[in-house]
Amino acid sequence: MATTVHPEALAKPARPLGAYVMPVLAAILVGLLVFWLIVNFVKGPAYFTNIAFIGLTNGAVYALVALGYTLVYGILELINFAHGDVFMLGALFSASMLSVFGVTAKSSNGALAVGIVGSLLVAMAACGFLNVAIERIAYRPLRGAPRLAPLITAIGMSFILQDVAIAWKGPGYISVPEVLPTGDVFSVGGVTYTWEKLIVFVITVPVLLALMWLVQKTRQGKAMRATAQDRDAAAMMGIDVNRTISFTFLIAGALAGAGGLLYALYFGQVHYDTGFTLGLIAFTAAVLGGIGNLPGAVLGALVIGFIQAFNEGLTWHSPGSDWTQSIVFSILILILVFRPEGLLGERTPEGN
Amino acid sequence: MWRSVRGAISRAWWAVLGLVGLPHERWLGYSRLTRRTVKAVVWIGIGLLLVWGLGVWANSAILAAAVLLLLIVVPYQNWTVRGRRVGKWVLPGAVLLIGVTYPFYGTHMPELPIFGPFPQMSTMVAMMIFSVMALGLNFVVGYAGLLDLGYVAFYAVGAYTAGWFASNQFANRNVDFGAVGLLKGTTGIHFSIWLVLIIAGALTAISGILIGLPTLRLRGDYLAIVTLGFGEIVHQVAQNGDSLAGFNITNGTGGITPIDGPGFGNWARAHLHLPANYLTATNLDNVFFWTAVILVLITVFVSARLRDSRLGRAWVAIREDEIAAAAMGVPLMRTKTWAYATGAFFGGVAGAYYASYKGGAFPDDFFFQISVFILAMVILGGMGNIWGVIFGACFLTYLNQEGLSNVGAWLNGHFGPGGDVVQIWHKTLDVPLYEFGIYGVILVVTMLFRPEGLIPSSRRAAEFHEGVHEEYLYDVEHGAPIYEEAT
Repeated sequence: MATTVHPEALAKPARPLGAYVMPVLAAILVGLLVFWLIVNFVKGPAYFTNIAFIGLTNGAVYALVALGYTLVYGILELINFAHGDVFMLGALFSASMLSVFGVTAKSSNGALAVGIVGSLLVAMAACGFLNVAIERIAYRPLRGAPRLAPLITAIGMSFILQDVAIAWKGPGYISVPEVLPTGDVFSVGGVTYTWEKLIVFVITVPVLLALMWLVQKTRQGKAMRATAQDRDAAAMMGIDVNRTISFTFLIAGALAGAGGLLYALYFGQVHYDTGFTLGLIAFTAAVLGGIGNLPGAVLGALVIGFIQAFNEGLTWHSPGSDWTQSIVFSILILILVFRPEGLLGERTPEGN
Repeated sequence: MWRSVRGAISRAWWAVLGLVGLPHERWLGYSRLTRRTVKAVVWIGIGLLLVWGLGVWANSAILAAAVLLLLIVVPYQNWTVRGRRVGKWVLPGAVLLIGVTYPFYGTHMPELPIFGPFPQMSTMVAMMIFSVMALGLNFVVGYAGLLDLGYVAFYAVGAYTAGWFASNQFANRNVDFGAVGLLKGTTGIHFSIWLVLIIAGALTAISGILIGLPTLRLRGDYLAIVTLGFGEIVHQVAQNGDSLAGFNITNGTGGITPIDGPGFGNWARAHLHLPANYLTATNLDNVFFWTAVILVLITVFVSARLRDSRLGRAWVAIREDEIAAAAMGVPLMRTKTWAYATGAFFGGVAGAYYASYKGGAFPDDFFFQISVFILAMVILGGMGNIWGVIFGACFLTYLNQEGLSNVGAWLNGHFGPGGDVVQIWHKTLDVPLYEFGIYGVILVVTMLFRPEGLIPSSRRAAEFHEGVHEEYLYDVEHGAPIYEEAT
């Protein structure tokens, strides 16, 4: 579409820098990264594998949050800033629910399973409805307003939710009761896999499968996809757009709730600005995978999870945890500037 | 939903007034002057009653009320002197006079109900500095319509520039260039703060251009998140910058301190009665305040002139419809980058001046929350309106520095543990802890009910109420930079 040509732009040659230099630079960057990983692997294969497991687990938690961003962006084209904080409240909910269900480290396996699944369902429901309420209060009245308006209310909601957490649990770190068995699931030649990592997978995989089924196979999922593609046309086809958007927020919130429980179980500590930090990482993951693209969000989250774990864990020439945020944001900026459609996204007229 | 709530409140209000013989039609029948006078008298009366009723009366309240009444009621707008419209200068002049003389009467003012005493001088200095920052952000958000969530990065660059050029940070270099108040044998680079302010502005403007060039082609919400990312990166560099490849640039979490104060030197004191060194002046806060007022005036002047210039009109055009602006020959990237650089310049100047006032640059001052704090000033006051932005900056800075703790003390004293009215909560409520939640509420409520801000620019208000073709505001295709079509 050549609608915005002005004389200055006409004079430029087509894609002057990006076409040749950038792919080469990207290849060099990726090559260095791979070299760095290989050296680290050779220096300590078992240690490297353990770090990789941490990355995989981080990535799974990020995936649940990143899917929420991507779902909402896909349907409303809104960066839901408050999403990370919904996730944080989900972690707090689950921490409380674990005590309500009375599970402790000494509970029997059955009681533990019931407690965790119960907390999961409560956290998912609570976060889902919280997200729907946020949409109803802060985003829906601004549907026709300039695009920046809902973005600004989203930032406002994010701060409000953080203060809800402060008012509820105080400004310090909130520790979650340790309920999982402490031993290893397996340990082979220095490679250990612990229970809290396993539980993340045991919960994440079915949740993701359920989401895929919901979006791909059900009527409601079809409505969601249609609304994401073209809201007006969907409305003309008899889809209740407002209800579909609310449903999307419900799903996104539920995913954040599940992520919250896993975060609480896995990291054992929640802080009121956990959601802000992790939300930005998850958003980066969603952008990396191609925002609006569900498998992309999972892929991006895994990549970011690995990057974070390797950066913080590996010993040979790694920048360390002081720089994690900078690295993640640099990735975000590079992706947005050079490949805004992300790893898996395609640039189609409808958007994806 | 919100609109109907507002309509219902308005109808109920006029129904009540109609019962006492003042229906809406009759009210509208009066002249504007009469209406304004009645409104002003009623509001000022309510204010005086509150001051009196809450037992914090001082006679200066009468004086304040009289000044307010004069400013609102007298129809000076159309005064002319030899054909020149001097009327429009009356209000700005009066506000300036009231502001500049504040150090002389501030301590004699009555305590306000709920908010407590009038702000101290240190708060006034912060108010002025944040006004400069908010006006800087207003170039980007208010004029050009680009959401910048990383404005704190410019503040940080300005503050650290002051640290680099006017402190002991680089102790193995010894440069003295017009600095004041140096002891014998002081090491490090010491430039005069006036020069540092300009250097800081220039460096920040350059960094603004560097950040802007790759990112400004992005759509509005992507731009917001990328600027946020830059803000966080700058914060992290400030925090970890004590060993960047072996160099100590920012002194890490300790921050760079002390930073020199401004001053004019002994010659200027002897001949012009200007303070030689602000830090040793007896009325330290006052001179910092007056200098900050001058900075605000310069910023206001630049804002107003740029707004009405060719560049400013190009900003507004881009804000309202990017495609149409491009079609009319407005170079998008260049115009946006200018907005960014101008905004960054003032952020840097304000940051350097604040660092000089506080005597240091500390990484903890440069959180994301501060970006939103400054954004809230612009949005609450009124995007694109100079008066509004200054009001928002002063009000929120006041809340940040004193207001919230005063309000909290008042709330706790009346409703907290052992409160003298009724005990509602049983643990002392730490109101400043909820500061950012309060800004969040301000952002949400402003956006929902009065998106144009308290003192709106008429043009911005029209955009919010009539709506613009937002789907096409930022690009043609999803995620595609506007320049992509240059084939």
